[in-house]
Amino acid sequence: MAFSETLDTGRNASALRSATRRKRSQAQLIRWLLLFAGGIAMVMPIIYMLSTSFKYPFEVYNLNLIPEEPTLENYTYVLEDGRFFSWFTNSVVIATITTICNVLFDSLVGYVLCKYTFPGRYIVFIAILSTLMIPTEMLVIPWYLMSSTFGWLDTYWGIMFPGLMTAFGVFLMKQFFETVPDDFLEAARIDGLNELQIWWTVAMPLVRPALAALAIFVFLGNWTAFIWPLIVTNSQEMYTLPVGLTTFSVEAQVEWELIMTGAAISTIPTLIVFLVFQRYIIRGVVMAGLKG
Amino acid sequence: MGIYKRLTISQKQIVWAWGLLAIPIVFYVVVRFYPTANAILLSFQEWNLLGARNWAGLDNYAKLFSDPTFWKVFGNTFLYLILGTPASLLVAFVIAFHLDKVRFMHGTIRALYFLPFMTSAVAMAWVWRWFYQPVPIGVFNNTLATFGIPQIPFLNSTTYALPSILAPAIWAGLGFQVIIFMAGLRAIPQTYYEAARIDGVSAWETLTEITLPLLKPTIVFLVVFSSIGFLRIFDHVFNMTSNDPGGPLNSTKPLVLMIYETAFDSFDMGYAAAQTVVLFAVLLVVSLLQLRVMRDR
Repeated sequence: MAFSETLDTGRNASALRSATRRKRSQAQLIRWLLLFAGGIAMVMPIIYMLSTSFKYPFEVYNLNLIPEEPTLENYTYVLEDGRFFSWFTNSVVIATITTICNVLFDSLVGYVLCKYTFPGRYIVFIAILSTLMIPTEMLVIPWYLMSSTFGWLDTYWGIMFPGLMTAFGVFLMKQFFETVPDDFLEAARIDGLNELQIWWTVAMPLVRPALAALAIFVFLGNWTAFIWPLIVTNSQEMYTLPVGLTTFSVEAQVEWELIMTGAAISTIPTLIVFLVFQRYIIRGVVMAGLKG
Repeated sequence: MGIYKRLTISQKQIVWAWGLLAIPIVFYVVVRFYPTANAILLSFQEWNLLGARNWAGLDNYAKLFSDPTFWKVFGNTFLYLILGTPASLLVAFVIAFHLDKVRFMHGTIRALYFLPFMTSAVAMAWVWRWFYQPVPIGVFNNTLATFGIPQIPFLNSTTYALPSILAPAIWAGLGFQVIIFMAGLRAIPQTYYEAARIDGVSAWETLTEITLPLLKPTIVFLVVFSSIGFLRIFDHVFNMTSNDPGGPLNSTKPLVLMIYETAFDSFDMGYAAAQTVVLFAVLLVVSLLQLRVMRDR
């Protein structure tokens, strides 16, 4: 009697457990479906942009995702214009040089502030950090005056100079150099390397993930930068992609398939970079976000 | 070189440190500190780029604070902040909270949410602008029409235009916030949740008593970071209202757009500089206030 009772409750309990498990897995399935649907919704604007860039004008008002008659005509039209080519080149050159400069200088400053003891270290660090609070928009007018005095308007240098170093990068790199043991640097010093060599050959390779994170942020920031390039450039040949796209889209007015093609041209490179380096980029964003 | 050889190790360090910092210090002084001082100085002057810079005292500020357009713009800027920050953080948290519990295709779904962060604001502003067009062009109004719902004049209405411009800004930043939230959630030790489960704490209480308090540093960071972003909104507005920047009837104009127009359309440099100083002050106050409030709680 007692035995069968325990057997009974045991069976009930296991039935109950499998019922809750089923319920839980159902909830999990719903959760997954909703998240997936949300994710698809998130990329819809990008998908629509790409799909429309392959459509003929008559099909633009049709909301189907796959064009009935796919065409490259929009791309040939936009590229034959020629301006997109120079805007693209400008953006690549500017974003690349700025990124290299930031990776070198921000890490050098971060390294010095982290690994050297010298009078004034704290003041220099606080001074650099305080520039994080100054918004770009406050500086564009003085930068513009500076550029017009020195003849930097409408030049690569003019577009690039405000962003060659960033306090954010210095702070990020300083945080990461904390993880490099001082003994390594001491050992290199005993081996007779000079300070610049120690930084470059010993310390830098140890913070490579942080350098990658910084590079991604700086490149993306400069690739999409808008207000300063808009102010400092006058001639269309010097525009960067975002500024050029604005001009082009205003001209194109209601020819949405052409506007979408221009938008696609300026978006595809970063999308490809993301799809290739996804893992590193997400890890880099987390690192930069949490430590920076 | 002889002198250098005779220095002690710590003296050599000092020489190296200042030597390596020389170029960056010049950069920060010339490109950050001097322009900041110049902007503040200019805000007390009157200048149209051509003539001399004349001392104007507090005239620019007096003009600004009695300018109804400024107060309209100031209100808009705060509207972007007050609508944008809570909405984006709430949505991002809900997504992160659930995505954290999902294993199947976790990376793919995360990538879908993150992808918009990699796009340029200008390009996406035009895509969204296209979406907002009336029938038969725009996706949204077409969809409404299929279900027989009345049209919404998104960008042409003084009530809908601002939220319509805000939407792509929230959309683009969502992926970043989700990633940061998930990293914050991962950092919470599982033992807390196990203890809560053993004690029979409800899911809601686990969320409000364990998850959210332990997530506070992440929330503080995201609130400050996204607030600064919304207060500085410009690219989206400029591109989505390019035929009437900040329109209709200034209903979408943020402070940065007003600064841009004052400086580079009207060339009223002193007046524009005063506006930038106000922006700077607002950013400073809002971030310090948020840090204070969030820390105390």
